Amino acid sequence: MSFFAEPIANLIKEFSKLPGIGPKSAQRLVYYLLRNSNEEAKALAEAILELKEKIRLCSICFNITDCDPCVICQDKERDHSKICVVEKPSDVLPLERTGKYQGMYHVLHGAINPSQGIVPEQLRINELLSRLQDGLVSEVILATNPNMEGETTALYLYRILEPLGIHITRLARGLPFGGELEYADDVTLAQALESRREF
Amino acid sequence: MTSPHTYQAQAIVIKQTKIGEADKVVTLYTLEFGKLKAVAKGACRPGSKLGGNVEPPNYCLVMLAKGRNLDIITQSQTIDGFLKVKGDLWCISCSSYILELVDAFTTEGSPNQPLFELLLDTLKNLSLSDGDETVLRYFELHLLQHLGYRPQLRRCVVCNSPLKPGVNFFSPDQGGALCSGCNHGEFTSHPISIDALKVLRLWQDCDYPTASRVKMSSKLSSELRLLMQEYITYLLQREVKSMAWLEELKTGFGVGSDCGVN
Repeated sequence: MSFFAEPIANLIKEFSKLPGIGPKSAQRLVYYLLRNSNEEAKALAEAILELKEKIRLCSICFNITDCDPCVICQDKERDHSKICVVEKPSDVLPLERTGKYQGMYHVLHGAINPSQGIVPEQLRINELLSRLQDGLVSEVILATNPNMEGETTALYLYRILEPLGIHITRLARGLPFGGELEYADDVTLAQALESRREF
Repeated sequence: MTSPHTYQAQAIVIKQTKIGEADKVVTLYTLEFGKLKAVAKGACRPGSKLGGNVEPPNYCLVMLAKGRNLDIITQSQTIDGFLKVKGDLWCISCSSYILELVDAFTTEGSPNQPLFELLLDTLKNLSLSDGDETVLRYFELHLLQHLGYRPQLRRCVVCNSPLKPGVNFFSPDQGGALCSGCNHGEFTSHPISIDALKVLRLWQDCDYPTASRVKMSSKLSSELRLLMQEYITYLLQREVKSMAWLEELKTGFGVGSDCGVN
């Protein structure tokens, strides 16, 4: 038997499904909403509905967007001859924040992970190949994560893109700002040495 | 006397799963304690001291602190990062298969020194191999051996008579070879060539440098692959997912081509 009124129990149940939210946190959120004005509760409900109704994948780069093509793909000022390949939509944001990249993106929606059964067919790799067919792209930047799955994906992409004669680059790897040399792992350090630059 | 709060272990990283904002649950195969899971806090952050040190298939020295549920990795120093393995599509995929096998066949808290040494040697051999599959078959055969599943390949598993040259069979559910007289269809079995029997017998008892000198036709190589695949699938009662990926690489790119001459 539930000690809560049915609408409260229902909302607690729904909040508990969210990542990082346990039953206690869910209760706190529900009581906070109860204390708040009706307008605020409505605004939250509408924002959630709007999110599900309006957000979709861009038909070109497969980033999440509310308009198709997305803002980046529509932008005529950007360099359409460069495509930066990332694993997840959330990887686009930090690259954009740098302000150093003005090209296009392609979101794979995952990385090859053989032991989890994730193979290229489940990723947006065929769509990337279709984008490269028209010959307008001169450089593909592989910006997959520097871990085992990301490496496998980058090595696989290199294999299939190499015959197309497109310039393929990878994000440089090295020491993070604020890091310490003695704690760097040997893969990072070796790659930092290999890609050292003129001072 | 209470047990110490922290302890050290030589470990090979076999898997990692992201939890929370920037933490990882890392599955290690250690020399001292067998398989264990531990938390690497903040390992997803670029500046993390742990991040690059707890990547599969690194061989590292880890310091762990006892936790309430999972222990916590406080320090990790890479002894061998297997750079060559990480830089080659076939090798990195093979390492993924090897680590998946170890994860699937072992349980937590059962140390097995020969298995740890086999895993470490196999990763080293993988860096030196030129895409042939002997390293995988040798690993599979010896992994099963260290876990108590060594297939009987010299005598018939039913009548115990020595196997004769000619038509013999391999039965995964019986754990070895059957002579033609004992193969009446009550067990799952497939014909096994005398060459395959000879190669497997040699590999069971020799070291890797000797095993790697065996030259095989592509037919024999694929016979051994299918046989081991079937035996492993029977023991695990499920497919090994990375195996399908290795097959895809072989057919798609011709990488990891069958060793050999002939």
